[in-house]
Amino acid sequence: MFGAGGGTSSYEEIEHTDLIVLWGSNARAAHPIFFHHLLKGIDNGARMIAIDPRRTESAAWADLWLGLDVGTDIALANAVGREIIAAGLTDDEFIARATTGFDAYAESVEPYTLDHAADLTGVPAEAIRELAHAYAKAPTAQLCWTLGITEHHNASDNVFALIDLALLTGHVGRYGSGLVPIRGQNNVQGGGDMGALPNKLPGFQDVADDGARRRFEDAWGCAVPAEPGWHLSQMFEAMERGDLRALYVIGENPAQSEADGTRARRALDGLDHLVVQDIFFTATAELADVVLPAGAAWAESEGTVTSSERRVQRVRRVVPPPGNARDDIDILVDLARRLGHDWGQPTAEEVWDELRSLSPIHAGMSYRRLEELGGIQWPCRDEEDPGSRFLHGRLWEDPPRGPKAPFTPVEHDPPKDELTDDYPIRLTTGRHLDSYNTGVQSGRYRSPRRTGGTIDLSPEDAASMGLAAGERARVISRRGSVVAPVRIDRSLRPGLAFMAFHYPEDVDTNRLTLDEWDPKSGTAEFKATAVRIEREP
Amino acid sequence: MDIRLPMAAATVDERRAVDRILGPPTTGWEGGERRRVDGHVATGGHAARARRHLLLPVLHALQDDIGGISDGALGYVCERLTIPPAEAYGVATFYGLLSVSEVSPTVIHLCDDIVCRTSGAKELFTALADAIGPEGSSDGTRTWHRSNCLGQCDAAPAAFVQEAGVGRRVVVRADLDRLAAGPIDGRDPAYAAIGDAVLTARFGAPDPADLDAYRAVGGYRGLRRALEVGPDAVIAIVEAAGLRGRGGAAFPTGRKWRAVADEEATERYVVCNADESEPGTFKDRMLMERDPFSVVEGLTIAGHATGATKGFIYVRGEYPDAEDRLRAAIAAAEAAGYLGDDVLGSGFPFRIEVRRGAGAYICGEETALFESIEGRRGEPRAKPPYPTTVGLFGRPTAVNNVETLAAAVAIVAEVPGAADTKLFCVSGDVDAAGVVEAPFGVTVRELLTVAGSSHPPQAVLFGGAAGRFLAPAEWDVPLGYGPPSPPMGSGAVVAFGPGVDMDDIVQRIAEFFRDESCGQCVPCREGTVRQDETLRRLVAGADERGLLDEIAQVMRDASICGLGQTAAEAVSSAIALGLVGGAR
Amino acid sequence: MTGRRTVEVDGTAVAIEPGATILDACRAGGVDVPTLCYLETLTPANACRLCSVEVEGSRTLVPACSRIAEDGMVIRTATDRVRHARRMILEFLAVAVDLTTAPELLEAMAVYGADPSRYGTDDGSPRPDAVVDNDLYVRDLDKCVLCYRCVEACGDDAQHTYAITIADRGAAARVATEFDVALPDSACVFCGNCVAVCPTGALMVKTEFDMRVAGTWHEEAQTVTRTVCGYCGVGCNLDVHVQDGAIVKVTSPFDHDVTAGNLCIKGRFGWTHVRAGVDGA
Repeated sequence: MFGAGGGTSSYEEIEHTDLIVLWGSNARAAHPIFFHHLLKGIDNGARMIAIDPRRTESAAWADLWLGLDVGTDIALANAVGREIIAAGLTDDEFIARATTGFDAYAESVEPYTLDHAADLTGVPAEAIRELAHAYAKAPTAQLCWTLGITEHHNASDNVFALIDLALLTGHVGRYGSGLVPIRGQNNVQGGGDMGALPNKLPGFQDVADDGARRRFEDAWGCAVPAEPGWHLSQMFEAMERGDLRALYVIGENPAQSEADGTRARRALDGLDHLVVQDIFFTATAELADVVLPAGAAWAESEGTVTSSERRVQRVRRVVPPPGNARDDIDILVDLARRLGHDWGQPTAEEVWDELRSLSPIHAGMSYRRLEELGGIQWPCRDEEDPGSRFLHGRLWEDPPRGPKAPFTPVEHDPPKDELTDDYPIRLTTGRHLDSYNTGVQSGRYRSPRRTGGTIDLSPEDAASMGLAAGERARVISRRGSVVAPVRIDRSLRPGLAFMAFHYPEDVDTNRLTLDEWDPKSGTAEFKATAVRIEREP
Repeated sequence: MDIRLPMAAATVDERRAVDRILGPPTTGWEGGERRRVDGHVATGGHAARARRHLLLPVLHALQDDIGGISDGALGYVCERLTIPPAEAYGVATFYGLLSVSEVSPTVIHLCDDIVCRTSGAKELFTALADAIGPEGSSDGTRTWHRSNCLGQCDAAPAAFVQEAGVGRRVVVRADLDRLAAGPIDGRDPAYAAIGDAVLTARFGAPDPADLDAYRAVGGYRGLRRALEVGPDAVIAIVEAAGLRGRGGAAFPTGRKWRAVADEEATERYVVCNADESEPGTFKDRMLMERDPFSVVEGLTIAGHATGATKGFIYVRGEYPDAEDRLRAAIAAAEAAGYLGDDVLGSGFPFRIEVRRGAGAYICGEETALFESIEGRRGEPRAKPPYPTTVGLFGRPTAVNNVETLAAAVAIVAEVPGAADTKLFCVSGDVDAAGVVEAPFGVTVRELLTVAGSSHPPQAVLFGGAAGRFLAPAEWDVPLGYGPPSPPMGSGAVVAFGPGVDMDDIVQRIAEFFRDESCGQCVPCREGTVRQDETLRRLVAGADERGLLDEIAQVMRDASICGLGQTAAEAVSSAIALGLVGGAR
Repeated sequence: MTGRRTVEVDGTAVAIEPGATILDACRAGGVDVPTLCYLETLTPANACRLCSVEVEGSRTLVPACSRIAEDGMVIRTATDRVRHARRMILEFLAVAVDLTTAPELLEAMAVYGADPSRYGTDDGSPRPDAVVDNDLYVRDLDKCVLCYRCVEACGDDAQHTYAITIADRGAAARVATEFDVALPDSACVFCGNCVAVCPTGALMVKTEFDMRVAGTWHEEAQTVTRTVCGYCGVGCNLDVHVQDGAIVKVTSPFDHDVTAGNLCIKGRFGWTHVRAGVDGA
């Protein structure tokens, strides 16, 4: 946010905030221990407003739930922004001192009246008004989101729409007020920290920044391209075009995790060379020319991960990797040696210390300090620095340090996969509490709560389709179809269906989803698929 | 709250019972019809969870209308009130008058406590077992259970009958015929006075719920004076009179009121503790049944003095007549402006809500009572903080016993002798059991004389099960607060005549505490069981006095509340007096 | 009411911060006070009363774990009265439940000279068997001391799932689901946060339970290594217990502010993929 690639706040802050806005996140199921902190906040008196198409187990905790139609987040956010402005609830001093582009933003949200937004989102105008007023008037507020915001074709715009609300009200850069994206995977944040982004070097330093690039070139003794690389969706397009011929996949299962799985598998199949490094023989590994068995990072290797509150923590080897499996660092170093580069045999700590020498926000995080402090939140610039509980406090300094935070006007743009008479049901996807991603790891323990892959329908839709719980139905999208048993779920309204994606061996949900992706982040629109459902004989 | 409901659905009748208390559901999310708008908006959260205090009233409604609480019904309750089913189950199973294991049209609770068991209850058990079957079994329409003291010792043996869809009734001087009949109660109140009648002065009124009649004999003079002189002066008057709590703990009432009044708080409560359950005690019932306005007026004065605008009366679930009278009195007082947004035009707003207990002696403990009103298991809280600081719903709260409030009314109204009079309950082996009003300084022997007895008792229990057996020499000690008087407790005097099996009586007291321990703390939960067992061995001839002493000590020292702390008093005193076991 | 206070513990002056409990004061003064229901991460239940101490001016003993220490308080922890209460409480528990997997209580029984045999012989009434109704954890009510920890961890103090409650009352009180349904039919989400706080082994993860039954559970031969959960992005710390080169249990540190000892089902139980297929798992 505003140049820093991480959430602004600490978990602890949600325990002491006045208002919790949970937008497009079923943290109760997907991030249970973060939700513990949120519940402490509720116990301490915080109000909670949830925005989600489903009244999820998370939304069930809310004082107010807004059940918007899938993919109308921007319409809702812009209406909230417009109402805050119209009601005179903006933090004008903060806007003047710390932001740019307010006028353009105000103009852009002007058409999003409460009534217009109610038409677009399905949410009653009065509820939208209540959200606007509650957020603007709360002394402190945490605005949290996850993949309900980011797994859309316009994911970045969704995020901007939320950031704009924080800027309007000054709900960022203060203890208890912040913007909190909770990361879906255990080290997504760490991957970003380490520069596993097409346009970033480690420590979120831009590849286009000559000075930064030169430091890395000096350290690494090689040239670093100044142009951003491809993100995942662009890679798949490049594969289809034939521009990308070889792929090295580490710890990812795109054959099952990518939207429009049929198309993804075709692209992977068409490669000249596919290398997969994973802890299991995944569906993607089955397509590979070379499979490199690796250790499970969390239990079979040394290193660090970064959590959603920017906290870098140590992972340790609990048991050695089994059989021929090897530590990721060993594999990479060996591979480099085969390719003619001798990197020696660095330990995880040595690799980390090199990173610290190049990434200023990690500079103060020695292994010793990480151990002593139970993890450190970046930025941590030297060994005296305790780390940073929240970001952007600078915006509250007078005059603020650093660049001002820009408003980014964005427009409502409905989901690409349109609802029609042939595909009348909106299917959205998400997680179950006891499972994770494509089930590669979580599928191997016996959860008493595991339902397996189901097509979840509202009672009304199930009744009108003549489907009873447990009966099998075929779910058909414009890209493919799957068969799944029906589960009836009162948290769904008519016209809205839900599937998890953890059980691709049984129900390969991503055969249905659309790989329309966000041009800025490369994330595909997993959350909005048009389907029809037929009884399976 | 992400609650997971049981699969079973509530029946139409069960839903109706719940809706009788809560009104029909307004959205699909709380069990109503799923409307289109419900798919796009829902409220819940803090406001929904704040309705938890309605749990007990709703469970009562199911018990009253259906005769028990099925899983489907409980699920509907949970859906309506946003309560996790396990929590609601924990609450429902805590209380003796709620049943989750059976749905029975008629449930008879037959008292076999220390007074009733010497007055024909045992014979009635045999008769009931022959008629219906063993305890807990059902003949299809009726089931029966033994009960702890029902507070009807002046007309033993007694039963309390729950009839689904009909109502609750008390049967006194019970026999099979009277148990089977419809409502037949209508006994004359048994009461007497030594000296001036203050608290019992109106017991003979033909219609206790007649407000005009109450006013005609000085009713509401106390409140008018209180409104005139103001809260501070009222507290000073009550302090000067030396009024102490009549529930058993004898805490100075004025000091309690002042503590609540002095708290910095936006909300305060006053609570009338009408959960009279001490074996041998029935004076509060008599006050509520015969003089309900005095309780209502007393609570209003307490509210005014402490700065509370809301009062609760927590009335024992086995006292249906008292509850009816209180509700009628409150309605009449509201209609006449004695309760409401502006009491008697003084600008003081005050309302009273009646809450019904559900069969748990422990809820007479003030913090357990709070938990119960709040819709939880009646488990006492740790003190401090004391209720005057953190009480009902976390607010400063003054809890006063029924008799205390009635006495406060008389004191504020300047009734002669008001500060010097006390109610005693005399029962057991006497000619005329009943409430005796007497000035402090009266002796047990004098009280027994008023009640009449053809023969001197072999033992007297004073102060209820939590009190103790008195040595004959103590029967002549003037009663009051502090030595040489034995602790006043509830003011119950139970006489046991020469033919009574005292082993059986003392064991029954041990059993009482074993039954009524809430189970929260180890010294009481386990100690009451070990006391019961060890006492049995003592009665059988083993010398277990040392172990019983040790058990008594840990219960007294380390229990969380007064129940456990006093659970060995009667047993210990009986052993000391040689009333029980081989020591005789 | 700010500033430090001083209390006297067994004759020694101890300085404490405002809000500190008597237990805090005792520990600060180096005085050992046994506890059972108390746990730093939970609201004091005041249930076991094992931590009872004498406070001058108090009619009854006082639970050290929950009573806030007041300036000038005179606290005695080693009097006959205190020792008597603790001995009796331990005897009561030992008579009522199976303490074989509660080593700390067994140790305390020795310290306080507790002798459960004086309550007469076992009445022979049937004691409950362990309930094995799922693959993840086991409930053995015969070992339950009703300390309320599991109910608090499942409820207000951590998980807020409220799958379990105390049902019934008095001697019949027990930890139960609604209508005593099996755990998989209850609201239980199998986070195991109840297991984590159980002091007596009444709640036990299935791996440990099975190994104990088989006689292969050797805690002294286990190592515990701290790492971070590999599932979602919250960053929960795990303490991984390893015996003979294999993971046997996962817990979470109580003194880490992210988890405070809690985990979700994936973190606590979802580790079997490690070495899956290698050891025949």
